[in-house]
Amino acid sequence: MSFTYTGASKPSIEDISLGIASGEFVVLTGPSGCGKTTICRCLNGLIPNFYSGDFAGELTVDGMNVKEHTTAELASHVGMVFQNPENQLFSLSVERDVAFGPENLGLSREETRRRVDWALDVTGISHLKDKPPYELSGGQQQRAAIAAVLAMQPKVMILDEPTSFLDPKSALEILQVISELNQKLAITTILVEHRLDIVSTHANRVIVMDNGRVVLDGTPKDVYGEHARLIGIGLPRVTTLFNLLQRDGIQFPQTPIAVDEAADMLRKMLSR
Amino acid sequence: MIETEGLKFAYPGSPEVLRGIDLKITDGEFVAIMGENGAGKTTLVKTFNGLLMPSAGTVRIDGVDTRDSSVAKLSRDVGLVFQNPDHQLFSETVREELAFSLRNFGYEEDTIDRRAASILETLDLARYAESSPFVLSGGERKRVALAAVLVWNPKHIILDEPTIGQDYQQKDRLRNFIIQLNAQGKTVIVITHDVEFVAECKPRIILLSRGLVIGDRSSEDILTDGALLDRASLTRPQIGALMHELKDRGLPERTIDVYSAEQAILRALGRKE
Repeated sequence: MSFTYTGASKPSIEDISLGIASGEFVVLTGPSGCGKTTICRCLNGLIPNFYSGDFAGELTVDGMNVKEHTTAELASHVGMVFQNPENQLFSLSVERDVAFGPENLGLSREETRRRVDWALDVTGISHLKDKPPYELSGGQQQRAAIAAVLAMQPKVMILDEPTSFLDPKSALEILQVISELNQKLAITTILVEHRLDIVSTHANRVIVMDNGRVVLDGTPKDVYGEHARLIGIGLPRVTTLFNLLQRDGIQFPQTPIAVDEAADMLRKMLSR
Repeated sequence: MIETEGLKFAYPGSPEVLRGIDLKITDGEFVAIMGENGAGKTTLVKTFNGLLMPSAGTVRIDGVDTRDSSVAKLSRDVGLVFQNPDHQLFSETVREELAFSLRNFGYEEDTIDRRAASILETLDLARYAESSPFVLSGGERKRVALAAVLVWNPKHIILDEPTIGQDYQQKDRLRNFIIQLNAQGKTVIVITHDVEFVAECKPRIILLSRGLVIGDRSSEDILTDGALLDRASLTRPQIGALMHELKDRGLPERTIDVYSAEQAILRALGRKE
């Protein structure tokens, strides 16, 4: 799959061949402008349906060829949470925003009610349901945006840096929610994120893009080697620390990607 | 100098967002304002350039009460870069975005061109000078918003969540750039949730929670104080968390950045071997 925006001098994504299985939790990362957002726009049919340009190749999502289905048809299968929640919320109350999707799917009043309550509950904003979104803080707005997508109960959920507006504790909570949804409901999850520190423990696969192409694709451990550093993706700080220590001549059985793992390794060495 | 005394603020008909803030930020300081979502961080800095006036108490910028000034006057000295660049950007091209304010301040066209070119170069935006801000990525638009404020050279610069949407390399550039601005004598105030970013730059941290200052100390003090972090919905930075885990092994708990941690671990291992 390749795509070149109208007026752009080169393709934003070039010759991408990928398969993501149902239920996977994939982190999509890479430097600014590497094509991450373009891929997301393809997955929910905004490309080629809304953004004009030259689309080559094939993309099927949940068995549907994106070229043959409208964005509206894809919307009940692929939920999208954007970087900036303000662009996603438009109603006079949080509850109305979350109910908008299910109502448009033609669900019964009871089913809509049930889904709205559930989505508000798992994102921790039931107490804000009557508030207008513009009165909420950035983090609360992002929770509302995620709730609105969850209420559609999509098979695939794409989240474009969904925690960037959240304080760290709320960010961890939201990631926990996303991770649980992935595990319990087997929602295929594609998370676009620069800050690998906070997602490494949840994802089972990391896809790294650079210049419109996929350059690395594997488990977090496979990917956080020297090559990742060279193309400038941000490794978790503990990984960076251990890379430095290894350069200083200290041997470790493997390079950790999380604090607990790093602490265990060092504790063993320091008690000797 | 930015000073607040008993500063309170409430939006009409809503509870107080700021509940009595006393602060002094001297010229040339580098400060991070941190705290949970809704703590009042953005509201606080909006009182610094007169966008919001206190409901009670005072804000003084370089000795002048903001009530006796205007946003137009205050903005010249206090440059505020918004969290959402789309609230700030409106021009046809990136270059125009930068030229707009300078023209309003009465600069000559050749000065405008020179200044704009230099700032765009510094922020890695030169290649987009003739592009519309709206075709750029989120991270790039944020840098344009920053450039559009820096171009008029304000004395105090406030950045609301500058690292959101920036990749690792851009964050690194941003950190160096902030340090450079600060070295030139500018007051730099950064609102951020990004504990990793702060752990690497180590500014003074003003910690807000529910409209009050609950901590105002060094990065090492605040980012290693578990109870305080918890109150403000923050987490320890990764290196801080690692050193905290290993304090029973004699590692210094107040270490929050990668390079200090490397040195401390080498020392600890050296003693053992």
